[in-house]
Amino acid sequence: MPLNAGTRTTHDPAWAGRVFWALAGLAVLWPALVLAEFKPWVLLEPGALKPALHFVGDFFPPRADAEFLALLARETWRTVAMATAGLTLALLLAVPLALLSVRVLSLSALAGTMAPVPLALRQLVRWVLTLLRSVPELVWALVFVRVVGLGPTSGVLAIALTYGGMLGKVYADILESSDTHATSSLLRNGSGRLQAFFYALMPQTAAELTSYTVYRWECAIRSSAVLGFVGAGGLGQLMDSSMKMFNGSEVASILLVFMALVWLADRMSSALRKALG
Amino acid sequence: MKIQLQGLSGCHPAAKPGASPALHGVSLQLDAGEQLAIIGPSGAGKTTLLHLLACALKPSAGQMLLGGHDPWRLSRSALQKQRSALFLAPQVPPLPPRQRVVTAVLAGRLPHEGLWTSLRSLFYPVDIPLAEQALAGFDLADKLFERVDRLSGGERQRVGLARALVSQASLLLVDEPLSALDPTRSVYAIQTLTQAARARGATLVATLHHVEMALAHFPRIVGLRDGALAFDLPASDVTPAHLQALYAQQLHELQDVPAPADDASPPAPAPVVMLCR
Repeated sequence: MPLNAGTRTTHDPAWAGRVFWALAGLAVLWPALVLAEFKPWVLLEPGALKPALHFVGDFFPPRADAEFLALLARETWRTVAMATAGLTLALLLAVPLALLSVRVLSLSALAGTMAPVPLALRQLVRWVLTLLRSVPELVWALVFVRVVGLGPTSGVLAIALTYGGMLGKVYADILESSDTHATSSLLRNGSGRLQAFFYALMPQTAAELTSYTVYRWECAIRSSAVLGFVGAGGLGQLMDSSMKMFNGSEVASILLVFMALVWLADRMSSALRKALG
Repeated sequence: MKIQLQGLSGCHPAAKPGASPALHGVSLQLDAGEQLAIIGPSGAGKTTLLHLLACALKPSAGQMLLGGHDPWRLSRSALQKQRSALFLAPQVPPLPPRQRVVTAVLAGRLPHEGLWTSLRSLFYPVDIPLAEQALAGFDLADKLFERVDRLSGGERQRVGLARALVSQASLLLVDEPLSALDPTRSVYAIQTLTQAARARGATLVATLHHVEMALAHFPRIVGLRDGALAFDLPASDVTPAHLQALYAQQLHELQDVPAPADDASPPAPAPVVMLCR
């Protein structure tokens, strides 16, 4: 309606709000920096720099004799297996929970607001996901080491629980933020929720879901290193013992393997995204 | 399906709470198997009326009976079952870009098949001949195994219409089916739609921007203006005066419409075109 355009103001009404939130953000950030003792210049003081450089200097050359390489290969395989098994279990947990918590697949929300019971269920599932991922995998691992003893099993279970929570939350977010037109059309025409998921929501988001899953697999490999420190086996445990012996060249070899694994995950992710995109 | 509307009002889903309804006090009766075109200027409430009929939108006042029952009194699962007898084809075809045409068309079948069959159909389409036949009705049979994002806008729109053909709904609601089609294809598409609806005794309601197409292919015309019923007449009784009153102040919408019937078949409904100059 161009009829009364002249009477309106031409100021952007969102301007004041933007300035306010930018200033508010700064005001919150400053005490956070103070509280976190953010003093990067400490790094450059000679007393701190010297031992650090000495430790890093030990990294060269990385240890590469046959005996150690065989050990390294075995532990690498164990780490990959641990991350994969953990992630698979996490998927079993995350996929149903994500589907339960997604608003887009709600039938009652199709025409207006969601009914109270489905709303409460979705909120409950979101809380479960928060609970699962707010406990760090290290803590889960310490719990499970006491239950099932030292070894990769506790690492697998720890990854499964924490990553189940993370994957579930991010899957739900990806599904919610996708274009819902195709999904709601199918639901409106009388399809079931799972049918709508497989025929509209999943093809719409497959590439993002896959690349996020592969990224999480990469994270699981890294986090299995940390879990190794509490006795969950794999490369992490190897690294722990090398660190304790101050054997920099072994640590360097292990880090190189980690880099290779991360690179592999990255290649895999982009290949999959290409295939799906 | 027999439809009775009594003083029906509805708000646009995205409308603010205080806004006046996009459609108010519409009363209308439709017998099973009837074919009806809704015309009117932009913002007249055509799409809102379709959404109300599709149970995609809850009426804010008035009553709607589908086959003698008020669908909004049904339980949620019964309402979803009722929705499988309705098919709404939105103006923007709801097709995930990475899906294949055959899958997108067969998605129209989802409400009438079980979850297991629909999952199997993702691996190997269960009824390829059905999809091919529906696409052939829109001159698209050769695109059966193409991906949706390789299609042009007009081809996508026709895939969306082919989906309506495979659904077993007894009420077909089609929103602006011709908005992306060239004149020749428009005539072909509208003929396929009306014939298919007639063949299976389904009620067909279409909103149309092309007034000439509506008059040429639909026996009954409903004019909407400012959310209210302007007229409800057999196509032969719609006079230039009716149209001029309907599009008053938006006459350009009448003029902007190309005369598609002219290109397709020489005996075009001339009077309307003459009037609008």
